[in-house]
Amino acid sequence: MQSIKDIQADIIDEFSMFEDWEERYQYMIDLGKTLPLISQEFKTEENIIKGCQSKVWVHAEIENTNIVFTADSDAIITKGIIAILIRVFSNQSPAAILEANTDFIDQIGLKEHLSATRANGLVSMIKQIKMYAIAYQAQLN
Amino acid sequence: MLDIKKIRQDFPILNREVNGKPLVYLDNAATSQTPQQVIDVIVDYYSNYNANIHRGVHSLSQEATDKYEEARLKIQHHFNAKHAYEIILTSGTTESINLVAHGFGSLLEKGDEIIVSALEHHSNIVPWQMLCEKTGATLKVIPMTQEGELDMSTYADLLSAKTKLVFVNHISNALGTINPIESIIEQAHKAGAAVLLDGAQACPHIKPDVQALDVDFYVTSAHKICGPTGVGMLYGKQEWLEKLPPYQGGGEMIATVSFEKTTYAGLPHKFEAGTPNICGGIAFGAALDYMNAIGFDTIAAYENELLDYATQELLKIEGLKIYGTSKNKTSVISFNLEGIHPYDVGTLLDKMGIAVRTGHHCAQPIMAFYNIPGTIRASFAFYNTKAEVEALITGVKKAKMMLS
Repeated sequence: MQSIKDIQADIIDEFSMFEDWEERYQYMIDLGKTLPLISQEFKTEENIIKGCQSKVWVHAEIENTNIVFTADSDAIITKGIIAILIRVFSNQSPAAILEANTDFIDQIGLKEHLSATRANGLVSMIKQIKMYAIAYQAQLN
Repeated sequence: MLDIKKIRQDFPILNREVNGKPLVYLDNAATSQTPQQVIDVIVDYYSNYNANIHRGVHSLSQEATDKYEEARLKIQHHFNAKHAYEIILTSGTTESINLVAHGFGSLLEKGDEIIVSALEHHSNIVPWQMLCEKTGATLKVIPMTQEGELDMSTYADLLSAKTKLVFVNHISNALGTINPIESIIEQAHKAGAAVLLDGAQACPHIKPDVQALDVDFYVTSAHKICGPTGVGMLYGKQEWLEKLPPYQGGGEMIATVSFEKTTYAGLPHKFEAGTPNICGGIAFGAALDYMNAIGFDTIAAYENELLDYATQELLKIEGLKIYGTSKNKTSVISFNLEGIHPYDVGTLLDKMGIAVRTGHHCAQPIMAFYNIPGTIRASFAFYNTKAEVEALITGVKKAKMMLS
């Protein structure tokens, strides 16, 4: 398994090929449209993170000693960013998740989506990912 | 005729860029932009006569007091209130509504009823729910129709001798519907109920005459009409304002104080505890001067042209649906593209420099009625242009292409 740092570097590399915002957003929209991210049974009220604008669902499971995240959103661009976050954080150990930061989002020009005023649920999603990591780490120890 | 070129020069912010594109500001229903004439008044206040009002004998305090009271007179004349002391300066529409709701707390009894409309800003429903919890009164709701209008026959049925207060927005923020307030007021008065109108969305487009309307309370915010945020007003008929108890305790609102007893000051000071937003109040007056110099008939005619043009062009886009199709509406268009989340469209429009509002517009009951998560809302002001409407149309088409 690739480390979080390496995955982030790959993503930054991929995004550097896009010439303008349109290509960047088209890529995210396509990611959002094509990826099945969560199975229907986990799209529950319990797993929902309510943003003011769009909804996000997050589900976590432990596989061996790694956490596997699945998630979804009702807005496509939000879903595209979720796909990127899942690629970075899913199937990693709780310790690695807790160590990692999300600065790469800045570097791929999507910083505004993680600002609190967007109210799209993504900030809460990252918090939730970290919370799962804390909980599972406690369990594993 | 409105001289759009000249008007745009009054608004420095309209020259800026967003995401490398010229700003197209179509979120005027959330807040309006500020003309240089109002900015100058704000700068002048802090540069030349900033002082606390109503208590100092020194010259600065006198000057500031005079200007502040002059602003109250401007507001009085604008809304055609009978007396200047019927104008209470507040922090905005929300505070004005809370002031009235608090006051009714001492007037209502169990079994009394309050009527609100289904078209309300949901933050405006909360004060009445709190009031009902406190007093045992019941909240009744005037339902809405598919067109986004109030169901007036149900309204007539809801009114009774139990009704003590009717609260309706003059114009809906989410849909732009102009409500039939004359009829609402007349029927409420026949039943013996008072009427409070939320004019936050109406005042940018209409100059209300509170005496002609015979409305009991009318509230609005300055920032929707080219003024600053954090200031607004409550108009109340004298007899009502005298009946309501003070809202907050503090300086300014008292006549004499001893530990045994406090005598409250007369109107309007009874409701203006503490140091007010002095600069904001003065700038509020300046904003009304600015809008009146252009003229509300001119403003409304121009905005209607933009509305008609935008409506006609948007409807040409396949799969686009407009919510709120009343014939009586202001320059607000709430819409969605079939199968596309409003948040996605808003995000892409922002990348193109176009500012619209997306989401539920703090009107969740309306969104629930239409069974949608929200809408994209474009709202036009008198400083917007036909070219900006065209930018919106092009932007929506592009967003649709990218998202389909």
